[in-house]
Amino acid sequence: MKKKLTTVTFHGTKEQEEQLLAIIAKHRDTPGALMPVLQEAQEVYGYLPVEVQKIIAKGLDVSYEEVFGVATFYSQFALNPKGEVAIAVCLGTACYVKGSAKLLEKITEVIGVEAGATSADGKFSVEATRCIGACGLAPVLTINNEVYGRLVPADMPGILEKYM
Amino acid sequence: MVRSHVLVCGGTGCTSSGSAKVIDALNAEIAAKGLADEIKVVKTGCFGLCALGPIMIVYPEGTFYHSVKAEDIAEIVEEHFLKGRPVARLVYHEKEAEVAVATSLSDTAFYKKQKRVALRNCGVINPENIEEYIAVDGYQALGKVLTEMTPDDVIQTVLDSGLRGRGGGGFPTGLKWKFASGNRGNVKKYVACNADEGDPGAFMDRSILEGDPHAVIEAMAIAGYAIGADEGYVYVRAEYPIAIHRLEIAIKQAHEYGLLGENIFGTGFNFDVKIRFGAGAFVCGEETALMTSIEGNRGEPRPRPPFPAVKGLFGQPTVLNNVETYANIPQIILKGVEWFTSMGTEKSKGTKVFALGGNITNTGLVEVPMGTTLREVVEEIGGGIPGGKKFKAAQTGGPSGGCITAENLDTPIDYDNLIALGSMMGSGGLIVMDEDNCMVDIARFFLDFTVDESCGKCTPCRVGTKRMLEILDKIIAGNGTLEDLDKLEELANYIKSASLCGLGQTAPNPVISTLRNFRDEYVAHVVDKKCPAGVCKNLLQYVIDADKCKGCTLCARKCPVNAISGTVKQPHVIDSSKCVKCGVCMSTCKFGAISKQ
Repeated sequence: MKKKLTTVTFHGTKEQEEQLLAIIAKHRDTPGALMPVLQEAQEVYGYLPVEVQKIIAKGLDVSYEEVFGVATFYSQFALNPKGEVAIAVCLGTACYVKGSAKLLEKITEVIGVEAGATSADGKFSVEATRCIGACGLAPVLTINNEVYGRLVPADMPGILEKYM
Repeated sequence: MVRSHVLVCGGTGCTSSGSAKVIDALNAEIAAKGLADEIKVVKTGCFGLCALGPIMIVYPEGTFYHSVKAEDIAEIVEEHFLKGRPVARLVYHEKEAEVAVATSLSDTAFYKKQKRVALRNCGVINPENIEEYIAVDGYQALGKVLTEMTPDDVIQTVLDSGLRGRGGGGFPTGLKWKFASGNRGNVKKYVACNADEGDPGAFMDRSILEGDPHAVIEAMAIAGYAIGADEGYVYVRAEYPIAIHRLEIAIKQAHEYGLLGENIFGTGFNFDVKIRFGAGAFVCGEETALMTSIEGNRGEPRPRPPFPAVKGLFGQPTVLNNVETYANIPQIILKGVEWFTSMGTEKSKGTKVFALGGNITNTGLVEVPMGTTLREVVEEIGGGIPGGKKFKAAQTGGPSGGCITAENLDTPIDYDNLIALGSMMGSGGLIVMDEDNCMVDIARFFLDFTVDESCGKCTPCRVGTKRMLEILDKIIAGNGTLEDLDKLEELANYIKSASLCGLGQTAPNPVISTLRNFRDEYVAHVVDKKCPAGVCKNLLQYVIDADKCKGCTLCARKCPVNAISGTVKQPHVIDSSKCVKCGVCMSTCKFGAISKQ
């Protein structure tokens, strides 16, 4: 999925930056350090804004372009912060065959947020994910890591209401 | 003295359906009833029957409980553990059998035809305890190769076994090892494990890592000894938290027991394993892309030659195998070549794990000898299609594969037969589709996936797949022509022959295969402007059944574009030229009079 730069202003804290520098120091000398650093940085900030990527570039002594190139290549790296309620609909084959695309449509209809976007107030984010491996429960989605399975579009309003 | 072992599945499938809560409830209830010394709860890996999770087996009697909820635990502990009466309503029933199967699991249709080699410890041992793995002959194969075999013996054994790569390509594993074996001791080499299971719908590698992580570590050490490497990398999807967690525990325990690290078994052999996380890029399942990614770069493939056996990870000779391939190795060493070659077909030896998914009753993981027919897998083991629907196709090989139709259901499954049918083994995803699935839509689904996942390095794949997708979109929107089908085929051939890596070379397969087997569906889309399965929204017509319509006017009032007309208490009619196909009328009709056709 094409990545968009975020419009949300960066609110990194001093504490987070210290953690980030510690992560960089830990991996600095291992070969292929960039990926693990990005992964751990995303755990600290929840996403990878330009500001964070620049600190990483400086810390690992690589160009910002290289960091940006890697950050945008892999779908796991997020350039946008996730919503308070992060919805991820599985679009793996098993779920797709059982109608997960229709769940996604219904979610967009109910909360007005499209796949890959975060609502303006930062409350909801919707994501279409690859197989999460719960194929026995297809079609599935997760909301803040809680798994909901064997769904039909009509289930969606009731489930989403809990998070409104 | 423990009188009963309760095995609860802690794989991702069952965890998603709540097995962690079941385990907590079990432990609490067992303690409350004072049975803690008599009944031991073990969290295992995947049993395979994910559709019925959470799954729980009570030994020694072997009672197979399914769909267990935390609320059921009090009853199970009271009735079964205290009074010795299994709770019948939760015991697994065979479809045709009236009586609950309370004794032998291996007699059930789901397990009877299975032969568990790669999955042998999944659902049997506690994967977080190395002693349980050692108790089932774990690390014996490593001991055997280090003390009794030369590295060349090991390679010869793997060669003779006929083991082929389980990740998709089917390249002989022994040959790969042989190519990387030159100049032992003088050159830094690596052993890598591909656990970046990218095929959407395949999850056997994850299940093996979750259920039997030590088998993979042991096999990597054996490979290290065979080629002369002292360092291994497991490249695993970051989306597999349980697998990563258990792999980390396993590596730590193996170190504590001296089975990884320096001077293993006092033989002077050193080997260590590190974990690297993938970050969600399908192309990283391709071997050169995977190595580029471990090196910390964008996961773009490199041209071959040089092959990884010559110049792989960090520019050094590297052996890269898939998780399932590794899981076979220790047993080939221990049980021998003859045992392994007794299973399978002439050119495909051993077993293969399939992830059954889609429209099938027993969704889950199955492992069968090569040469088992697709019909046996779908109808017997898989329990057929739910709801009495008609089988349409089975898709194997994921986004690189193709579909197999009803007339080819009796083909024995092996690498070469599947390729002859225009599909491929792939990693083992097997998605069953019924009459409600539109094959054009499925082809579009896979192509959309590859367009998204194309790394962009080479033009045929980056641009070509995008153009194919546009043509498919045109067809699905109802604007396709017969010439578009020819264009699709032409483009597909260019992309196949001109792309750099496996992703591009196989990306057109789902389209080619559906075009070949379901051309009539494509024709229906472009000529009749109809979607026979009723999936493609733009090609559907909403129709009111005059016999069922009571003329309540509800649909006409709800229709946002006023496409429905009719008088009260008279059957209504939909004007197709005005209809925007939103479906509101169908969902509001209380009499089920409106349908999509």
